[in-house]
Amino acid sequence: MYTFDYARPESLKDVATALRKQGEAKLLAGGQSLVQALRLRLAHPPALVDLQAIPELRGIAVANNVVSVGAMTRHAEVAASREIQRAIPALAKLAAGIGDRQVRNQGTIGGSLANADPGADYPAAVLGLGANIVTNKREIPADKFFLGLFETALKPGELIVRVDFPLPLRAGYAKFRNPASRFALVGVFVCDTTSGVRVAVTGAGPCVFRAKRMEKVLAKDFTPQAVEKIVLPAEGLNTDIHAQADYRAHLVTVMAQRAVEAAAKL
Amino acid sequence: MTTPLALKVNGNAVSVQVEPRTLLVQLLRETLRLTGTHVGCDTGQCGACTVHLDGRAVKSCTMLAVQAAGCEITTIEGVAAPSGDLHPMQAAFKEHHGLQCGFCTPGMVMNAIDLARSKADLSEAEVRGGLDGNLCRCTGYQNIVKAVLAGAAAMRS
Amino acid sequence: MSESLLGQSVRRKEDYRFLTGSGTYTDDVTVPGQLYAFFLRSPHAHARIRAIDTAAAKAAPGVVAVYVGTDLQGKVNGLPCGWLITGIDGQPMKEPVHPPLAQGKVRHVGDQVAMIVAESLNQAKDASELIEVDYEVLPACVDPAQARAPGAPLVHDDVPDNTCYVWGLGDKAATDAAFAQAAHVTTLEYINNRLIPNAIEPRAAVAQYHRGDDSYTLHVTSQNPHVERLLMTAFVLGLPEHKVRVIAPDVGGGFGSKIFLYAEETVLTWAAGQIKRPIKWTAERSESFLADAHGRDHVTKAELALDKHGKFLALRVHTTAGLGAYLSTFASSVPTILYATLLAGQYTTPNIYCEVTSVFTHTAPVDAYRGAGRPEATYVVERIVETAAREMKIDPAEIRRRNFITQFPYQTPVALCYDIGNYEGTLSEAMRVADVPGFEVRRKEAEARGKLRGLGYSAYIEACGLAPSNIAGALGARAGLYEAGEVRVHPTGKVTVFTGSHSHGQGHETTFAQVVAQRLGMSVEDIDVVHGDTGRIAFGMGTYGSRSIAVGGAAIVRALDKVVAKGKKIAAHLLEAAEGDIEFENGEFTVAGTDKKVPFAQVALTAYVPHNYPLDKLEPGLNEMAFYDPTNFTFPAGCHICEVEIDRATGETRIVNFTAVDDFGKIINPMIVEGQVHGGLTQGIGQALLEACVYDKESGQLITGSMMDYALPRADDVPNFKVSTQETPCTHNPLGVKGCGEAGAIGAPAAVINAITAALWPLGVRDIPMPATPQTVWRALQTAPKARSGRA
Repeated sequence: MYTFDYARPESLKDVATALRKQGEAKLLAGGQSLVQALRLRLAHPPALVDLQAIPELRGIAVANNVVSVGAMTRHAEVAASREIQRAIPALAKLAAGIGDRQVRNQGTIGGSLANADPGADYPAAVLGLGANIVTNKREIPADKFFLGLFETALKPGELIVRVDFPLPLRAGYAKFRNPASRFALVGVFVCDTTSGVRVAVTGAGPCVFRAKRMEKVLAKDFTPQAVEKIVLPAEGLNTDIHAQADYRAHLVTVMAQRAVEAAAKL
Repeated sequence: MTTPLALKVNGNAVSVQVEPRTLLVQLLRETLRLTGTHVGCDTGQCGACTVHLDGRAVKSCTMLAVQAAGCEITTIEGVAAPSGDLHPMQAAFKEHHGLQCGFCTPGMVMNAIDLARSKADLSEAEVRGGLDGNLCRCTGYQNIVKAVLAGAAAMRS
Repeated sequence: MSESLLGQSVRRKEDYRFLTGSGTYTDDVTVPGQLYAFFLRSPHAHARIRAIDTAAAKAAPGVVAVYVGTDLQGKVNGLPCGWLITGIDGQPMKEPVHPPLAQGKVRHVGDQVAMIVAESLNQAKDASELIEVDYEVLPACVDPAQARAPGAPLVHDDVPDNTCYVWGLGDKAATDAAFAQAAHVTTLEYINNRLIPNAIEPRAAVAQYHRGDDSYTLHVTSQNPHVERLLMTAFVLGLPEHKVRVIAPDVGGGFGSKIFLYAEETVLTWAAGQIKRPIKWTAERSESFLADAHGRDHVTKAELALDKHGKFLALRVHTTAGLGAYLSTFASSVPTILYATLLAGQYTTPNIYCEVTSVFTHTAPVDAYRGAGRPEATYVVERIVETAAREMKIDPAEIRRRNFITQFPYQTPVALCYDIGNYEGTLSEAMRVADVPGFEVRRKEAEARGKLRGLGYSAYIEACGLAPSNIAGALGARAGLYEAGEVRVHPTGKVTVFTGSHSHGQGHETTFAQVVAQRLGMSVEDIDVVHGDTGRIAFGMGTYGSRSIAVGGAAIVRALDKVVAKGKKIAAHLLEAAEGDIEFENGEFTVAGTDKKVPFAQVALTAYVPHNYPLDKLEPGLNEMAFYDPTNFTFPAGCHICEVEIDRATGETRIVNFTAVDDFGKIINPMIVEGQVHGGLTQGIGQALLEACVYDKESGQLITGSMMDYALPRADDVPNFKVSTQETPCTHNPLGVKGCGEAGAIGAPAAVINAITAALWPLGVRDIPMPATPQTVWRALQTAPKARSGRA
């Protein structure tokens, strides 16, 4: 690891001050990706600003058909939340399947979204449910948040405060795991709402994206069979030793079917 | 370049100066000489470094020591009774031959204790799933799973 | 007589320290004043080193020394290979120099280029980034199948065609002739996938130089510290052997990868002497991937000739084995002596010929990994037997039965002589446990759920307890293959046992204590077993090839024989009886046919306090040592049956049942044996379903360079195994034992792939390469001649 300075501010205001002082500083949430990157010397920020002591970034609330999850809420807390299990069971289930137990005990939703790993689970839920990402500056709709490989709409000095998930009619998530890293080779989140169906795909592309053709047919017929024949073009999908693009495209179809099936059961 | 750090480890107050780039596991192993917590990988898969942070199992190789300021850490050295008697989970690992070379064992036991606390009546499948943050290359997991189920039952009684 | 301790699942003596975090692994060793080493490694698979500039690194904060290859010239020799293979042309194998730090060229990604020694590890790493290496990048070859192709880049300029040797075993002419008579010939092509061992404890070393007596102590993650010392002192560093103490303390798994003498600890030891301060090096996992010796890496074509009844007439095998860039310690013997000799399997195949071409590639060295040659042989035999059965429409169990060896001893056409076995016994018991008759019902039920279900066999055999030294020597071994054991009876009657075997998970401290306790009529608590220290143990060859109980255990038995023999002499004196009338049982020396007796502890005390003692005829003390050199290999064998379900939609394979019935001869501790089998099976399943070392064919980069990409089995990847044993005691060692450490890894891969191909055979799929990942199986389903579309 390279050397860096460390600060643990106790308010959003102090975060802003810390970031102004050291523009290249990185925000440290749960650290489950960042600390690994530091260890491997893949990242060398001059300073880390630890967000764990800021009360505004914590907590889960359900009100007015919105589930709000503070950015520093750990995956295990989302998975175990009775409120979320009742309101959006697919979200709780997704959180319960991120990484492994130890990662869920430390990793946070804000950290996961800001990192925007192409194989991460949370982006699928955020985009699938059409959540709003509330930052210290503004609200960003999920459709405008994920821009590319490890790339989001967050600007320098901006940090996620919470994520607001609108309640769906029903939703489901299915993923096929990378056998080594256990990230999603392909994960598909389907969500049925009064204003239509949303299908978000993670793992398959540089970043999470919506499968619009699937959304269209599911809006008419929310069954696994409806998407059975819809296969995404392989072009542009990720290729690696675990899954080439055509296999990933196929898995998107299979996982979409299973996500619909799961939505029906939840 | 160091910063003061105060935390509790195995019930003892610890106050040290560390570089921010010190991992929690380095603090435990190198500064505090608690070498029971092991490092088996550099990408966060193996789980040999698992400790309890305020009661929940985390990987001490994926945390900076400064992140644990003000927290209570329990390592494998702090699990057995002061008399030396094994914790029920440790005893179950011995009874069911849930360890061979012993290197992954501290992390396994720490995660297993947390897993057992998280839910009553764990099924075998839940135990197998709950151990997915811990790699063992020796046992084939079968006896670890047996040990965790037995240890969890013993912890409840 | 009290109940025998042999055959009891005694709980392990070593567990308490491991469970409480009190073990001492190499990285736990900290010596006052210790420095830290970091190795700068090659980022290229093949490159010429034009220049290295270390000036900035040497001037960096905390740096004590920086060494590169040229600093070692004339001081540190190349790493030796311990087995000389002679080719079919009568020429010795090519042994290119294996420099501990690269000289002139780097030959694989991860090759050591420089060692930086600094006051802290961070400083050493920081300084490594200041070293400038001017590389001229050269084309690389990472695929053994391409290593001899015209124009393939040479790994060593002095090794034409990248060929270390072409070696053969068996009667080629007779084999060819038998093929001419065949009613059926089955042909298969295989890739035995390259594996990365991944013991969970990374390699580490702490080297100390002691100024007072000009000696060294090396703590190192080794399976055989005496061999490490011998090779390091005699061949590489030219140090007097008695001035180097090698300690392999608690070692966190080995699986073969910690047998070998590696560059890192060698340079570390040398540098400790130069700097005169202790130095520690601990591999990061990324380094383990790059620089631990890998396993397997075979490309094979095999043909099996059968008569019309399914009787095997001949087996012809051509294998190309990748050795990596340099010859590791036992690399040359693995794809030859430990491979081709096992190609008879459990069968009476009368004619076998195997030719092995071992080649250098621009990859990490390849050497023994759990099973070492025998999993590759079993895979060849058991896959082709199963395929032949399917092609000839003979039940796969039946075709095996028609060809089983039933008369022992049996001389195979590939050098080995099996002393004993019962292959029908393990097959039929495995079939019973696996409920083979009920399979068809289970298959139909799975089909209704959209799953393909298959059942596959693997009737494996292995040769363990590598032996005898004179025969091994004739085959090219440059070391003896005996083991040493010492039984030190203390004046109070307590016992310390010193063994040259090494335990890194196998539980020797318990198993060996049981052997001693049983013989001396003591409790296991009164016996400690010491291993892994050249300073305490006279000599030893260490632990590999499932040899510990069969060879190391036998040495202890021989030492016990001597203890008891001397004890009888002392007892005869104390009891005023003839030595020939003394019997020893349950910890007591008795005069046969009388009630006169003296307990063992009193004899021990007398030996050390010889006031009433035949000093004119007998030395005091009770401390005996023995070397045991076996007269033959042992031949563990068994039958594994695997049942899988394949998800047609994703190609994912789940193992739903796995049965292993093994014959390990006599068993000392069934609990430990079962644990060994579980672990071996899981590594075998890992090879079959998950694990693959992948190098990029163009750049030579290691793509599976971390646990993010190299899939190790986790708890939810494997089933609950049904494991049991049958027993035909080994005929030639005193315990009747055969060894059990590798059996699972040897038998399992073929069982898994036979199960998968059984499920896919009706669709027209004949073969699936390892690892049978979901993508691989899905592709096979996509192109299967008779596949119907699956459903989600």
